[in-house]
Amino acid sequence: MVNLVARRLVRLLVVLAGVSVVTFAILQVSGDPVALMMPEAPEADRAVLRQAMGFNEPLPVQFARFVGKIARGDFGQSFFHREPALPLVLARMPTTLLLAAVAMGLSLLVALPLGVLSAVRRNSVFDHGATFAVFLGTSMPVFWTGIMLILLFAVQFRWLPVSGWESWAALVLPAVTLATFSTPLLLRIVRSSMLEVVNLDYVRTARAKGVSEWLVIWHHALVNAALPLVTVAGLQFGLLLGGAVITETVFAVPGVGRLIVGAIRQLDFPIVQAGVFLLALIVVLVNFAVDLLYAYLNPQIRVR
Amino acid sequence: MAIGTLAPPIEVAAAPAAGSSRVWKKLARNPAALTGAVILIAVIGAAIFANYVSPHDPARQSLIRRFTPPVWVHGGNAAFPLGTDQVGRDILSRIIHGARVSLIVGVAAVVVSLLVGVSLGLLSGFLGGRVDTAIMTVVDVTLSFPQLLLALAFVAALGPSLVTIIVVLGLTGWERYTRVVRAEVLALREKDFVEAARAMGVGPARMLLRHLLPNTFSSIIVMSTLQVAQAILQEAALSFLGVGTGSAYPTWGQMISLGRDFVTVAWWLPTFPGLAILLTVLAINLVGDRLRDALDPRVG
Repeated sequence: MVNLVARRLVRLLVVLAGVSVVTFAILQVSGDPVALMMPEAPEADRAVLRQAMGFNEPLPVQFARFVGKIARGDFGQSFFHREPALPLVLARMPTTLLLAAVAMGLSLLVALPLGVLSAVRRNSVFDHGATFAVFLGTSMPVFWTGIMLILLFAVQFRWLPVSGWESWAALVLPAVTLATFSTPLLLRIVRSSMLEVVNLDYVRTARAKGVSEWLVIWHHALVNAALPLVTVAGLQFGLLLGGAVITETVFAVPGVGRLIVGAIRQLDFPIVQAGVFLLALIVVLVNFAVDLLYAYLNPQIRVR
Repeated sequence: MAIGTLAPPIEVAAAPAAGSSRVWKKLARNPAALTGAVILIAVIGAAIFANYVSPHDPARQSLIRRFTPPVWVHGGNAAFPLGTDQVGRDILSRIIHGARVSLIVGVAAVVVSLLVGVSLGLLSGFLGGRVDTAIMTVVDVTLSFPQLLLALAFVAALGPSLVTIIVVLGLTGWERYTRVVRAEVLALREKDFVEAARAMGVGPARMLLRHLLPNTFSSIIVMSTLQVAQAILQEAALSFLGVGTGSAYPTWGQMISLGRDFVTVAWWLPTFPGLAILLTVLAINLVGDRLRDALDPRVG
């Protein structure tokens, strides 16, 4: 187990190094960052700044400096806000995580019972209905779903606010929108993991022993289906955050996603880099935790 | 689910190529897949013949006709079946022309992903060792980013254009191919026919291209179909977020983005382009799902 944790930790560091390279590349491919910072300035002034910021040095040197800085939490000054980028991103992180967590909770509430029922009643009308709903859900652009929900519940019925983040009611539409994006995936995984265990010998044995159907499904089958579920749910966390970025934009939720999208429009790269790096970091850490959890729960696991 | 990468999980089988007539028969027996195919053909047709089938010039503005509602709503005009937008442009014509961008980006981005993902997957599975470790690390790094966010950052940094979108979506969506092709190659390497070929002195290049690659085709075809749907959703999301093709040519995502501001006065502005995306992506997903079953010899 110690060996396994050590290996995974090395892998984590390697992946983080890769994530830094990609984040570094965002500013590099934009052409001339100095031109973005001082669009009006004469070329002579720009050259001075370029020299001062080290943009004339070889890429590996610049990259090493970039890594050194982000290790200390320094992503540079926002071009637009004129303050350090990282605190601006961090301040908005709880909002994004809250939105993602509520949406994930909603998704689980819907996907678990429906997925289990779908698998148990395989090929029933209910199962076909659920499968079609999954197709529909996976085919809807999440921003459009959001706008349609606004149209229905905020414009037509006036039950909920159109946008903003001032009250709990404002959380409802964004969370539901994001959940329509994550639920179909989850439902599909619950269904297929359940199908894999529902006819295994020990489940049949439990049935034969006269264990009630309800207990067989929830205790014997679901517990064993949960392992792959956890892994996939971890992998999908990145998707959920991607969905949160769009959802925040539709509903003007003051989270990291909206900050990044706004920064992208203003070509404010320090914010973009800090935001992209932090969200990737969260995904990496979640997957690391899921990996360890999986190894811990599954004694059979073999690490090559 | 649309943002992104939400392609339904792929369950693939290492299938020897099934006879194509059998595949078609299986496809045709499924009403959902058939409906999907019909919708898809209609969308492709609309895209190709956009200049002939769209009732109006998609760019022609008319201030007296702004916000004309759809024909079945009071005040509608049969000349503009789905109504007009904030500057009086015909929504139906813009949707028909928008199909072009969606389909071009969807298909071209998948081609880029295919080229990168399949080659890396073949190399990773075939060579193993350090190459495999290196390639799988790159896959892990790619998986760490929310794909849409990465695409958004790079399209903005490189400057929005049709080519940029295609390349960036292609380069952020290849890892699925690598993982699946690698897994298949690992399984195929143990098969008798590969052993036999090796014993007969078949070189590595021929082994890869002639013996291994063709046996991954059925999963590649299925994955590609479903990935086109994802790429269309991604492109729409990028356009919606304002880093689209950088041109005035209509796209579905951009129509929704502009229409959102008028949603309280003219619901049809964002609604219809969204339905166009939904129907197109749904059609591709239905066909792709059926294709998976049809190409998998284990499913009846």
